Amino acid sequence: MPAQPISKESTRGGSADNAIEVRNLHVRYGTREILHGVNFEVPSGETLVIMGGSGCGKSTLLRTLVGLERPSEGEIWIHGKNFAGMSGAERDELRKKMGMSFQSGALFGSMTVGENVALPLREHTPLDESTIDIVVRLKLDQVGLSGFENYMPAQLSGGMKKRAAIARALAMDPEILFFDEPSAGLDPIIAAGIDELILKLKKAFRITILVVTHELASAFLIADRMILLDKGVVVAKGTPDEVRQNNAPRVRQFLDRVAEPELAAEIDYLQMLTGEDPPQRR
Amino acid sequence: MNISTRQFEHASIVDVSGDITLYNTPEVRKILLDLLKEKRVRRVIVNLEKVKYIDSAGVASLVEGLKLSRDLKSGFALYGLSRSTREVLELTRLLKVFEVHETEEQALGGGTSGAPGSK
Amino acid sequence: MSFTENIGEATIGGLAYVGSLARLAGGAARAVFIEPFRGRPLRWTRAIHQAMSVGVEAIPIVSLIAFFVGLILALQGAYELRQLGAMQLVASAVAISMTRELGPLMTAIMVIGRSGSAFAAEIGTMKVNEEIDALETMALEPVRFLVAPKFLAMILMMPCLTTWADFMGVLGGGLFGVSNAGFTWGTYFHATLDALVQRDIISGLIKSVMFGLVITAVGCREGFSTGLGSEQVGRSTTSAVVKSIFFVIAVDLVFTALFYFTAPQK
Repeated sequence: MPAQPISKESTRGGSADNAIEVRNLHVRYGTREILHGVNFEVPSGETLVIMGGSGCGKSTLLRTLVGLERPSEGEIWIHGKNFAGMSGAERDELRKKMGMSFQSGALFGSMTVGENVALPLREHTPLDESTIDIVVRLKLDQVGLSGFENYMPAQLSGGMKKRAAIARALAMDPEILFFDEPSAGLDPIIAAGIDELILKLKKAFRITILVVTHELASAFLIADRMILLDKGVVVAKGTPDEVRQNNAPRVRQFLDRVAEPELAAEIDYLQMLTGEDPPQRR
Repeated sequence: MNISTRQFEHASIVDVSGDITLYNTPEVRKILLDLLKEKRVRRVIVNLEKVKYIDSAGVASLVEGLKLSRDLKSGFALYGLSRSTREVLELTRLLKVFEVHETEEQALGGGTSGAPGSK
Repeated sequence: MSFTENIGEATIGGLAYVGSLARLAGGAARAVFIEPFRGRPLRWTRAIHQAMSVGVEAIPIVSLIAFFVGLILALQGAYELRQLGAMQLVASAVAISMTRELGPLMTAIMVIGRSGSAFAAEIGTMKVNEEIDALETMALEPVRFLVAPKFLAMILMMPCLTTWADFMGVLGGGLFGVSNAGFTWGTYFHATLDALVQRDIISGLIKSVMFGLVITAVGCREGFSTGLGSEQVGRSTTSAVVKSIFFVIAVDLVFTALFYFTAPQK
């Protein structure tokens, strides 16, 4: 019998109760630092929402958490294991327990919806084809896409693509699920449907969920905890209520949807216009 | 995970203990299908008392067993579901699809050796 | 920046590019030849599918081109040979030029146009749609998953296509030989076989395998380096074709020189 570790206990570093712990995370692209020392933790089974305006570094943070970017400094502990420090096979083992739903869906255009969902199962598990077929139908049913397994991604609408992508992220019964802008680009009704789906998944499977979004309504609906990111630093952290009552100007500005403010100092504005060292860019 | 079978007159009881996951469920599937197809057991009962966790692939294997039992007009039942197993089946809307019993006696007694469910 | 600095930078850039091609080809070779024996099976169905599109579907166009090239070679050769009254040498001229040089080269050019560009477009589109990222987060190594089947298909199909192109070229030359140089089909083929030695054919096939390797590496490399936005896919495709042609010619030069200097002196 293959001894596949389903260890929930931590080995070293990080607390056993935390699915994710991020400590002093710095990420840079070339010479530009995007994240300047981010700290937070996500207890197992909870939903963390990462909010922030465009260019605040929230997508970079998510990409780093799933291992698409390497941190230049800092640690990422996933279930008590140092994910950022891993390489090769060890990292892949952990990745099999993580699911990621991309902003665009990122379904494989050359495969049917069913093949997309089946892919991780075919590649990583010893399951028989007939079992995989049933798992695929179960997952598609969970996201409300029963009967679409033979469609090509191009034949689906935006909301359906996202649902199919969530089904694929769920295929391996992950312990942690990541969402990049789940409701971006969808009409409000379909976006609400995705929010409901996230709530349902959390309640049913007690999956740890991490969502990156700039949609406030959706964020406050699904979050157990939230952090607000601005220019690569965490400016607010806590339960939705705590964040709602936070009076720091940068938090209020984001939550109250004040239009892009004038930059603090004229000198910054001049620098921005003349193109010397732009103060904020993605 | 451990799996073993016991014979009970016309029924076979499959005792499973541990976690049923993506990686070991093919073993469960093989035993279930073998009992139904090769050994032609009239009634297969899966004891899930000692199963702490079952994932979607595990559920899918049980579905395969159920499907085959209906095709062959034999019986297929589960008993001893833990809370989490019950939740997983509920979530996949399968709790009402399977013949589910509380105890072994009920499972042995319940469901005439015909084909429950197949009209 | 000074002129020498520019040259230095361009050289380093070029070497880095060749290095990245080698890494890619090495990774693909690992996935094809080593990992299957370590329990990481290759995607065979995908490789067969690729082999069909790279090889089988290219047969009509490669046949036509090779036939024409053979005919052109015969015409050009005959133009000179007629002056010398050595028209009977047309058959061997065509045979040797086709098998040693033009068969592999023309096949490679056709495959670049058909498949090298398609590799770049396919991988580039996947990159733009975050599909490459998706593969990585699913613990599927993009090189093993995408490049390895293409690599295997290429190194198998290039020699086959090239052999076929050689044959079609000879046929093209034969058309001229029979109609204008006093051959019959029988004597033409006989003359062809007499002119060829094993070394000619083998050197052509070695070249074709190297070309296949280069085309796969450049096509995939360009695909992977596609930037954001779908217009970048077009740019990658173009650049894959241009760079592949350059590298194929460069590799051709190296191997031709190698074969020349290692040839047994008569």
